[in-house]
Amino acid sequence: MINIFRFASPASFYPLAGKMIPWFAGAAVLLAAAGLYVAFIVAPTDFQQGEVYRVIFIHVPAAWMGMFIYLVMAGYGVLELGFNTRLSAMMMQALAPTGAMFTAIALWTGALWGKPTWGAWWVWDARMTSTLILLFLYMGYIALDNAIEDRRRADKAGALLVLVGAVNIPIIYFSVKWWNTLHQGASVSVTSAPKMAQIMLTGMLIMALACWMYSIAVSLARVRGIILEREKNTAWVDELIAANAVNKEGVTGGSS
Amino acid sequence: MNQQALTLPAHAAADPGVLPGYYAILRRELLLAMRSRGEAVQPAVFFVIVASLFPLGVGADTQLLTRIAPGVVWVCGLLAALLSLSRLFNSDYLDGTLEQLLLSPYALPALVAAKICAHWLTTGLPLSLIAPLLGLQFGLDGGELWLMVITLLLGTPLLSMIGAIAAALTLGARGSSVLIALLVLPLYVPVLIFGAGAVEASLSGVDYSGHLALLGAGTLLGIVFVPFVAAAALRISLD
Amino acid sequence: MLEVRELACRRGDAELFRDLDFQVAAGEALLVRGANGSGKTSLLRILCGLSSPHAGAVYWQGRRVAPLDRELRSSSIYLGHTAPLKDDLTVMENLDFALRLGGDQPGMESQLAALDSVGLFTRRHLRARQLSAGQRRRVGMARMLLADRPVWLLDEPGTALDAKGVKLFEGALETHLRKGGLAVITTHHDLDIDAPWREIVLQ
Repeated sequence: MINIFRFASPASFYPLAGKMIPWFAGAAVLLAAAGLYVAFIVAPTDFQQGEVYRVIFIHVPAAWMGMFIYLVMAGYGVLELGFNTRLSAMMMQALAPTGAMFTAIALWTGALWGKPTWGAWWVWDARMTSTLILLFLYMGYIALDNAIEDRRRADKAGALLVLVGAVNIPIIYFSVKWWNTLHQGASVSVTSAPKMAQIMLTGMLIMALACWMYSIAVSLARVRGIILEREKNTAWVDELIAANAVNKEGVTGGSS
Repeated sequence: MNQQALTLPAHAAADPGVLPGYYAILRRELLLAMRSRGEAVQPAVFFVIVASLFPLGVGADTQLLTRIAPGVVWVCGLLAALLSLSRLFNSDYLDGTLEQLLLSPYALPALVAAKICAHWLTTGLPLSLIAPLLGLQFGLDGGELWLMVITLLLGTPLLSMIGAIAAALTLGARGSSVLIALLVLPLYVPVLIFGAGAVEASLSGVDYSGHLALLGAGTLLGIVFVPFVAAAALRISLD
Repeated sequence: MLEVRELACRRGDAELFRDLDFQVAAGEALLVRGANGSGKTSLLRILCGLSSPHAGAVYWQGRRVAPLDRELRSSSIYLGHTAPLKDDLTVMENLDFALRLGGDQPGMESQLAALDSVGLFTRRHLRARQLSAGQRRRVGMARMLLADRPVWLLDEPGTALDAKGVKLFEGALETHLRKGGLAVITTHHDLDIDAPWREIVLQ
């Protein structure tokens, strides 16, 4: 238990994150290769939708990740507000762009799938509409984080916002679903499409894991940058820069 | 060194309750709203003007207008409420009175609840009462007009409450008026869906009690929880 | 008794002060000096609980207090740089509201008497926007006198006050200290009071 809290300080987390990144990146590449193999080679051509349906192997994992990352951010938000740990807020900042990206990819691939299948780039189906609102929630957090000058205040305000958003997500999803059924909108549901073959589910799960590994790798890399920028006035960062300079000097033969 | 003991005021350790502070704030807010009537009336004027733009935009086909009326009136009400949100804490923040609220011995959530209540009384309530006029313009009548008022009365407190959290978080931030809109509109979606949905259901002859029940439940939950969240947001912003 | 130990304050990237220790006992006044931006206002805000310190803690009556501790809130009065008044309310209404918000029961006569003692009796029905900066400060003073809290946390109380106003304030401060109150005051000037005061400098 004590070991975990040792890594709660940015100074100790920085090198740890650096060591972890290659592993997660490697896992992401392997899983993505496996997932894409399933998606394009193993999974059979769909009887009704042809080849286009293969986009769900990106669409569904992206949508899952968009949702999942927001919940992870909310978890960090609880840590930030409850324990006042700067690293939690930094992780939130690091995760947000990735979460927003996956949500945007989900929307875009949904449109790519919808056009040939249902004839329109955008149909107001419940899940896609909820995903759109999720994107707005991400954008709101990023905007708030950028708009507040004081760093700690921005951290805590962002944490509170993400928590409020997380609590509201089930309410929003439920209300959009109600709205959709009442208005007889189209239903771009993956499961209501031709019954999901086991192989398709497996493929999506593998891709989801790949996205997850990718998210971790990218967020760790991003948080390292955030740590350096926030801690730029501390001793350990100065030492790090000095050590780096010495290394470079050694490589180039000492010209300075 | 002086050996005198500090004499603490009698009420220092005792719990001062909540109501005196609540009423002091409520009175002050209403007094201030009356003193700047021009500013207080702006959301209502905006409401009427923007709603009147829609027929100009989509044409005067009464059937179409009646069908879009619930949504249009609700969206315009939403936007009008949004406009008034920056007023909620901003002026107190700028002249230093907001700090005094935090330093008051009364529980901050109670004081914030008073501010939100006053905000609703000066924004949501007038909007709800004006809405029938707009409904008439759009061809709603009788039962639907009443229902429109009821949904707004039930839903606008939620708009004020959710808005208060966003307003508290964005105090003194860059571009706060647009930022509030970005933060708040996704959270307004359920209120819009059930509020406008109730009137639409009535227009289609479908039961709307579920919509009203959900709006009411939401407002009650908001009354219980939002003051604490908004108070936390204020403490964060004034740190 | 108000005390701070190992107090540190940051604003953004800048560290304003650190390892600050001091005590203020009953009957004492502490003057906080320093250049603009050295953290004087931040220190006051930490003392009254509006801000949380980067490190260290505030102790009240020997007890460590978290920000916005209720006992400390009820025992102190904080007047910041800007005199907190609503422009659209009159002097009387502002004073009445401030007292009520602070949990004090304002009797009409005592309010009028206080306004009189700060020279604002004849202006009591003016809207606050019609007051000069010095007059706004005096409304704050009237509140201070009526609220009668043991701890005064004042940010540049002499700003905008004329010589008479400053004399008024110093007299009030003397009385306050004599009765056993304490005060932490940021200021650029010296105080001419007949009571023990110390000063610290933030750099």
